[in-house]
Amino acid sequence: MKIDAAARYRSSHEWARKEGSLIVTGISDHAQESLGDIVFVEFPEVGKTLKQGETFGVIESVKAASDLYMPMGGKIAAVNEALGGDPSAVNKDCYGAGWLIKFEPTNPSEWDGLLSAGDYEKEAAAH
Amino acid sequence: MNLRPEPLAYELSAPGRCGAALPEPDVPETALPEGLLRDDLPLPEIDELTAVRHFTRLSQKNYSIDTEFYPLGSCTMKYNPKANEAAASLPGWRTTHPLAGAEFSQGALELMYRLQAMLVEIGGFKAASLQPAAGAHGELAGVLMIRKWHRDRGDLKRVKMLIPDSAHGTNPATCSMVGFETVTIPSDADGGVDLAALAAALDDTVAGIMITNPSTLGLFERNIEKIAKLVHDAGGLVYGDGANLNAITGIFRPGDAGIDVMHFNLHKTFSTPHGGGGPGSGMVAAGERLADYLPGPIAVKKDGRFDMAMPKAGIGRLKAFHGNFGVLVRAYTYIRMLGAPGLRRLAETAVLNANYLKAKVEKVYPLKYGRGCMHEFVAMGNFVEGVHTLDIAKRLIDYGFHPPTIYFPLIVPEALMIEPTETETRETLDAFADALLKIAEEARTEPELLHSAPHVTPVGRLDEVAAARCPILCYRG
Repeated sequence: MKIDAAARYRSSHEWARKEGSLIVTGISDHAQESLGDIVFVEFPEVGKTLKQGETFGVIESVKAASDLYMPMGGKIAAVNEALGGDPSAVNKDCYGAGWLIKFEPTNPSEWDGLLSAGDYEKEAAAH
Repeated sequence: MNLRPEPLAYELSAPGRCGAALPEPDVPETALPEGLLRDDLPLPEIDELTAVRHFTRLSQKNYSIDTEFYPLGSCTMKYNPKANEAAASLPGWRTTHPLAGAEFSQGALELMYRLQAMLVEIGGFKAASLQPAAGAHGELAGVLMIRKWHRDRGDLKRVKMLIPDSAHGTNPATCSMVGFETVTIPSDADGGVDLAALAAALDDTVAGIMITNPSTLGLFERNIEKIAKLVHDAGGLVYGDGANLNAITGIFRPGDAGIDVMHFNLHKTFSTPHGGGGPGSGMVAAGERLADYLPGPIAVKKDGRFDMAMPKAGIGRLKAFHGNFGVLVRAYTYIRMLGAPGLRRLAETAVLNANYLKAKVEKVYPLKYGRGCMHEFVAMGNFVEGVHTLDIAKRLIDYGFHPPTIYFPLIVPEALMIEPTETETRETLDAFADALLKIAEEARTEPELLHSAPHVTPVGRLDEVAAARCPILCYRG
């Protein structure tokens, strides 16, 4: 399992990383590995404000469709349009080209409640 | 099964060939408007016999419960007795028309009236409606009833529906259709609903819970009465998903445990046709609280005569006329054939068969939740590095079996969800278990056999990823 040490995590396998004033989010290597080949990603509307833990989209693989959850509350600033044509980047490079959304956090202190890379790794390995 | 590859109709086409002779026109010919004409219409040109052979050969590739074992978890692919078909083919049923009116339809109305009463008794409810045309349609009915019940009491705050993560897969979609927000409730270590998480989620914005019992883990929810009480005390209602009724008929009545409304899949438990053909029937039954809210019309009896009537506070019609009537005749026939003792034996045998199969394979195919199962069990196919459940499922086809449901429920990694049903013999169960064990052996010794399976079908392993990412939906010559 690959881990991005600079990111923080949610138990539901989303990662979050600071990028200037924005937070960028995707799914973890463990998540893409369990889901298998991703075939479709449904994004939220840019400009929409969502709360922490709310569903921001759906990711679909040949095995299953899974909801995606906001690691922190925020206003959607960008979605990774490039995945529309070919979502395979989520499998190949989930912490890089396979990012899903960027948002402006409503409450930056929610960052502190997320799992550290080490804690997430332990939790995911136990599954 | 006919295993030869079958060409597409387009590949059988030859220019100018025709399968029909049209009579001379008896009206004057008129030119079509210019804008509607095109030079090219790529339809296959085939003679009649070639077309007949093509479609007959395709029909011979059907895999069905009438030809082979079909242990598709959550689907209850049981044998449909042919007596059901004989009854449904009787001219009185076959030729009746819903517009004939009650006066000329007393027999049909009596059958519906009796079937409603039977299902009410089986489920422990107060009233039933035969309107919904399928399971998900029945779910929609039940959740619309719950929404209307709250609204009629002026309670507009309740917009959340709780759904355990071991619930039937269609439940969240039903909530979205109704405009409710879904809140997932996790399972506890035993595979039941986590009561602490449930209690924490309950407040005055919760419309109710949708619960499947037995769950999609094939486990009986032992705390069902506690769960119903917790939800009722918080002002919510309890929807029961009847997908797994096959495990409990004649033994446990959901209505007695506090379920307010439930759908019955006549095409699962009550042996009416299933799968791509159907049509299905997902009739709903309700207890004291929701009986007046049922969709209508429902069959009623007044002064010894049968008629249709709308429930008092009902959600209205869900389907034209009276549901899928031909399916109702089949279910009625089945219930009358079995009787009360037969319905109990049905559930006992379904549970026995599943436990027999589980006992034969669980040493090799581990279970996440190990306790005794009901009508189905969920095993895991990840016991050999590099071999996945998908490979095991595909290899089963080589042994002549329909693969079980895979990768569902989502809370079990590499899930294989196996439901043998009550209609299989011990020999069939043994043969299926032997195939699973043999495949596990092959996974260790010859994994490439699994990776390249199936080998005996007209087409081999399909590229599901390419099919989903770039589907080709038109013939391209």
